[in-house]
Amino acid sequence: MFSVVTDGCLNYDGGQKNLIMSDYSLYKIFFSYKIEVSNHSRKEGYAMSEKPCICMKHVSKSFGKKKVIEDVSLEVYSGEIFGMLGPSGAGKTTIVKMIAGIDEATNGTIDVLDTKMPSLHVMKRIGFMAQSDALYGELTALENLQFFASIYGLKGKKQKQRIDEVMELVNLTDHIKKTVNQYSGGMKRRLSLAVSLLHEPEVLILDEPTVGIDPLLRQAIWDELERIRQNGTTIVVTTHVMDEAEKCQRLAMIRDGRLIAVGSPEELKKRTNSQTIEQAFLHFGGARQ
Amino acid sequence: MRVRAIVIRIIRQFFRDKRTLGLMIVAPMFVLFLMNLVFNGEEYKPTIAVDKNVPEVVVEKLAKSDADLKELTKTTARKQLEKQQIDAFMEMDEGTPKITLEGSDPTVNKAVLMAVQKAFQELAPQTQSLQLKTTYLHGSEDMALFDNFGPVLIGFFVFFFVFLIAGVSFLRERTGGTLERLLATPLKRWEIVVGYVIGFGIFTTFQASLISWFAIDILDMMMEGSFFYVLLITFLLAMTALTLGTLLSAFANNELQMIQFIPLVVIPQVFFSGLFNLDTMAEWLRSLSIVMPLTYGADALREIMIRGSGWQEIAQDVYVLLGFSVLFMVLNVIALKKYRKL
Ligand SMILES: Nc1ncnc2c1ncn2[C@@H]1O[C@H](COP(=O)(O)OP(=O)(O)O)[C@@H](O)[C@H]1O
Ligand SMILES: [Mg+2]
Repeated sequence: MFSVVTDGCLNYDGGQKNLIMSDYSLYKIFFSYKIEVSNHSRKEGYAMSEKPCICMKHVSKSFGKKKVIEDVSLEVYSGEIFGMLGPSGAGKTTIVKMIAGIDEATNGTIDVLDTKMPSLHVMKRIGFMAQSDALYGELTALENLQFFASIYGLKGKKQKQRIDEVMELVNLTDHIKKTVNQYSGGMKRRLSLAVSLLHEPEVLILDEPTVGIDPLLRQAIWDELERIRQNGTTIVVTTHVMDEAEKCQRLAMIRDGRLIAVGSPEELKKRTNSQTIEQAFLHFGGARQ
Repeated sequence: MRVRAIVIRIIRQFFRDKRTLGLMIVAPMFVLFLMNLVFNGEEYKPTIAVDKNVPEVVVEKLAKSDADLKELTKTTARKQLEKQQIDAFMEMDEGTPKITLEGSDPTVNKAVLMAVQKAFQELAPQTQSLQLKTTYLHGSEDMALFDNFGPVLIGFFVFFFVFLIAGVSFLRERTGGTLERLLATPLKRWEIVVGYVIGFGIFTTFQASLISWFAIDILDMMMEGSFFYVLLITFLLAMTALTLGTLLSAFANNELQMIQFIPLVVIPQVFFSGLFNLDTMAEWLRSLSIVMPLTYGADALREIMIRGSGWQEIAQDVYVLLGFSVLFMVLNVIALKKYRKL
């Protein structure tokens, strides 16, 4: 399967698509199996309950006179991976920052975990991974983790245990003593993810977690996200990569600050008679104009 | 707890960045050392001209002190003073001796006055009443020596480096995205500001102690008052610089723009803090100095180090500096609103 990727530069794009597609079919099998398992062996409220965990109602956001988000309403259910797909500049970061409580909506309301945002209280229960790696380069990975853990009130044994757990999860345990400046781009991305997981958030918000990461590592991160989701975490993830969108339970398509479609990837494809998410996106985007 | 996390992080970052650490401590010492070399060089032997009407005893005593003597008439002495061929001219003016100094070089002024005072003290040790009239051809006695502006320099260096480093590190926090990351946590805005103040506070206490110790003990700067007060003032100056630096960093987009604040914010303070004579300046211009933190810091340091003053004399400066710090801190907390409303 990977030989396609290493085939050469010219085929690379096509090769990658093939890879993702074939992965997707595997993924579907894998996924339906998991749903079954979870239905049997887990307490309720886990995988994809119908209880909205995030609820945006008629949200608009302006920076000065410039209207960046216009009348976005959507719900994210507990225990799902909710994708936000849209080209660069569509307003994905602006939306997730409002959900995370960093920014405030100009109009409309956002409720997270039944509380109106922004709320410092709820922010304790949210994990946020920014688009840029917000790490202290001159400090070691461990020191970065200790800092953020303390901010979330984790101390002593518990802190140490959580740090070990998240580093294990992102596969960086061997590099914990290195300063972040010595990390590669992908390692920084994974460390950022580890930081956002430290305090066992109920809601995890990831802004383009896989940007600038090679396909193999991208796959690894998505596998990790799936594992985290199975533990009961609700995940909101933004991306501008169409293939990645297929891995979400549900998807919001965003363009020019507007919501153009919401639904599961299959649903969206069916509605537009498309083979791929990309075609579906173009269809919805085109219909708007 | 959360403030402590920030404090620990800042101190760790300091010790990781050895070069900045060195800059903040060694650079001020180095410049003070150079200044000391320049202004406290070899004792200068002044040339003093005396008028015929100066009593013989005075001339004799003067000759024994460290000065070259010449007898000149008033008009030639004037001319030679202008040309800096002599450094001072002494005459009797209605019974009191009067000295006219060329005045443009503080080192020379000091040497002349030392020589004259020494001569007069030997003449009449008990009668301090013998008033000496001193006038300056150029400059004035406010142009003083290393001893005189040393305290200002200590204050200035502490202010300058803390302003720059604190501003840049807060700026990096902003441009590097870590500030936004911090604001995605339940950290309160004031906790960030207080964390910075304490983290830098610990460091600058250390920095200010070393610089003051170096200036006083190694460079032998004049020190009449209490070392503790010197530390208190330098600490408060550092706090003002820190809070002002972090505040202004909100208006800079990169390190270079932060540096552009130096000629706008730091350098003017040097001119207004008493390093130079302000008497000739227009009233409104002079009053600018009341909004400049360094004015108060320099004034207090001079009081302590030169005049040996205690709490009474510096209390007002201390309160003003405290006020500045608190004001800038509050403004910082407000400025962070730009990034998160809560
Ligand atoms: N602080 C801001 N001030 C003004 N405009 C902004 C600001 N942040 C984002 N924008 C604008 O909002 C739009 C959406 O940006 P963003 O949410 O970052 O998009 P995305 O994350 O989808 O790439 C862009 O046109 C961007 O220029
Ligand atoms: Mg973005």
